[in-house]
Amino acid sequence: MKGNARAFASALFLIGLGLMLVTLFEALPFGGAPMQVGQAIAGRALEDTGATNIVSAVLLAYRGLDTLGEVAILFVAATAAGLVLGGAGRAEAQGTPAGFILRAAAALLFPFLLVLGAYIVIHGHLTPGGGFQGGAILAAAFFVPLLAHPASPVNHGVATVVEAFAGAVFVVIGLAGLVGGGAFLVPLLGAGTPGDLFSAGSLPLLYLAIGLKVGSELAGLMARIAAAGDPARQGGKA
Amino acid sequence: MTMDAEMLGKALYAGAVCLVLLGLYGMVVPRNLMRIVLGLVLLESGVNLFLVAAGFRADAAAPILTAPFTAQAAGPLVDPVPQALVLTAIVIGVGVLALGLALVVRVKEAYGTLDTHAVANRMARETGADPAVTAAGARTPGALPVAAGRTAEDAP
Repeated sequence: MKGNARAFASALFLIGLGLMLVTLFEALPFGGAPMQVGQAIAGRALEDTGATNIVSAVLLAYRGLDTLGEVAILFVAATAAGLVLGGAGRAEAQGTPAGFILRAAAALLFPFLLVLGAYIVIHGHLTPGGGFQGGAILAAAFFVPLLAHPASPVNHGVATVVEAFAGAVFVVIGLAGLVGGGAFLVPLLGAGTPGDLFSAGSLPLLYLAIGLKVGSELAGLMARIAAAGDPARQGGKA
Repeated sequence: MTMDAEMLGKALYAGAVCLVLLGLYGMVVPRNLMRIVLGLVLLESGVNLFLVAAGFRADAAAPILTAPFTAQAAGPLVDPVPQALVLTAIVIGVGVLALGLALVVRVKEAYGTLDTHAVANRMARETGADPAVTAAGARTPGALPVAAGRTAEDAP
């Protein structure tokens, strides 16, 4: 009886919220250019930063400090998840090995995923992609073999060192901007020739740091969650 | 463009509203913690879809410059700022999802169930609180076991 009342109230709330949102979106213009900031940035991002991928220019040059905060949030979430799951001090995983197809494909995929992830990270200022996207692919490269061989031990130490180093590099580049350019995270080293791999100043370096950091963080996170879901370990815990 | 911009906008906004409502439903109605986490993911997707759609411009290209690398030659571009914002939101969403899943794994380990009512009842038994009060706390949409326990303690 109480459950029915609750479901009814929830449905009423959702219908009301849906009507409100639809009414709001009806009044919203679509396909125009509602924000002047975006058009201004699109017009001058190339002269300012040298990056042909304007989303990257916004992310690293115009909103670099926000990106540092975002990386910090990801770091805090990964740390908290590691803390909740109990970290590396627990027993090794003892899952059953995966089937032949997954094992063969994991060995085959590993180098290609590494190359693709590195390519997307390094060309983040030129083409679609960047540190976050490439970092996710790098993390997948290291996680797929773990899926194929669940019993293999995970070296959390290397991931932690890479992650800490990459985060420090990001902050050091920001401080170099403070010294050399007068503001935190100001792009340095000149804009260069647009479209070249070595252009856009310090933006590719920032993306490289982000790619390494995101890759090591996500790989560590997924490995921890996968190990925590191991049934053998759950039995030992209870 | 094959589809009329007006139609496209309506479809995108309708999709965003549907995702948001589905996500909220998933967070409010089910009693399984895993479904509550998945509801949060759907809700985030809806908000992200809305933000990207808001930056759309009819007859404009993606904000990636190609040769000859001048903003004038590229013509109109869609708004890059919402895309960068959504990139940030997606990454933060991954962090939140990982933390939520870690908590779900721990709840499953500690209580052997993901049902919010069962977890709240068990918590009430272990802390010696009034089960009715704790159950009321658990009925709060998406309440985590910690919040339910606190409700029980704070009750007079």
